[in-house]
Amino acid sequence: MGDHSSPEQLKKDIRVYLAIFVALLVGTVLTVWLYYIHIPNVKVTIAIALLVASVKSFLVAGYFMHLLSEKKVIYATLAATGFFFVALMALTLWSMNDFPKFTEVFGNK
Amino acid sequence: MEIPYTVTPRKDTGLYNAKVGIWLFLASEVMLFGALFSSYVLLRVGAPFWPEGLLNIPIGTFNTWVLITSSVTVVMCWANLKLGNFNKARVYLGLTILCALGFVGIKTVEYNDKFTHYTIRFTNDVTAAAFLKEAYGNDDEATRSGVFANTYGVPDSKVVAKNKELPPPRFLEITGHLEGNPHFVTLKKLKAKNAETITFIPDALNQGKKEKGAAPDPAHDHKKVTVKMSELVYLSAYTPQRNTYFAIYFTLTGLHAAHVIGGALVMAYLFFTGRRWWQKAPEQYTNRIEVAGLFWHFVDLVWIFLFPVLYLL
Repeated sequence: MGDHSSPEQLKKDIRVYLAIFVALLVGTVLTVWLYYIHIPNVKVTIAIALLVASVKSFLVAGYFMHLLSEKKVIYATLAATGFFFVALMALTLWSMNDFPKFTEVFGNK
Repeated sequence: MEIPYTVTPRKDTGLYNAKVGIWLFLASEVMLFGALFSSYVLLRVGAPFWPEGLLNIPIGTFNTWVLITSSVTVVMCWANLKLGNFNKARVYLGLTILCALGFVGIKTVEYNDKFTHYTIRFTNDVTAAAFLKEAYGNDDEATRSGVFANTYGVPDSKVVAKNKELPPPRFLEITGHLEGNPHFVTLKKLKAKNAETITFIPDALNQGKKEKGAAPDPAHDHKKVTVKMSELVYLSAYTPQRNTYFAIYFTLTGLHAAHVIGGALVMAYLFFTGRRWWQKAPEQYTNRIEVAGLFWHFVDLVWIFLFPVLYLL
């Protein structure tokens, strides 16, 4: 959002905030609508739902939280967080098929 | 003694201290919710059957809108403070607090609905079949399939496709309400009260057959069936111990609701003490609103993921 100090810029920012507000409401409706039309492929459904949620969170983080124009120290903090978050999820995926020997795996017939 | 860097940025970070502080806190929050999300993924892929359609989607959608609205009002509050419009900013802050209360209120209604909804299971096939006949007028395979579908909120065809053989009646989990809609009743509590029977109002069988995504229908046939305690082997409300789905649902949404309440308390403090601060140190007050707002946006962000994951997928 650039420099927030000038009133002109702030007034512009307010218009952007309102536009994002509408986008977020529409995004929510889109997610629910996709659910109701029922896409037969579960993987596609999950991918689309997470994609819409990611776009919404980008708008919130980027504009409402001013992340598009932050200082280096914040980016560095978030880069470290991102790294550990991805590592955590990767560990989860890694362990997904890691069952002890002779364990009966239900639902995978 | 004056606290340094509440307004002027530090040379090394280029930011006032509270902003660095809140981002470090939010980083730890990402890991906290990240750990729970990864638990959700593991529980879900490891589950033989994952229930769906047990939550009310229209209510969840409305609550998502409420939280999104509060995110906009808090950023509008901050922008108006930057512009010097304290009174307008105060209105936006008040609206944010109202949205927070609205969100928690709606969540309470949702929770209450779950805490009064029960599942029962019978000791043997004979008593279970007798119950099915009394509750639904039949005890054939179609009824059993319907009961199975009700429990997991899935259409019948999917049940038949997934489970070529239906579970015998005693393994069926029959859902419904207890007379008087009590909360958190358990078999242990009933036994302590020396109860000999319970009056159970089973859910309508068409519940699972309804169009995917339709809200759970509280209007069942209102047929009351008296069940002997000796015939029951299991009775549980839709509480965390009910199944893995509800365990992770209540953990995630409960922790999130605690964040909403915490954020609302902070904003209420800033609302009621705001005028004095604004007169004394307007820039510091604006920064505090910004920091509270950053936390609030994070709470909104978490919900943006929680809503599709728990309600829709």
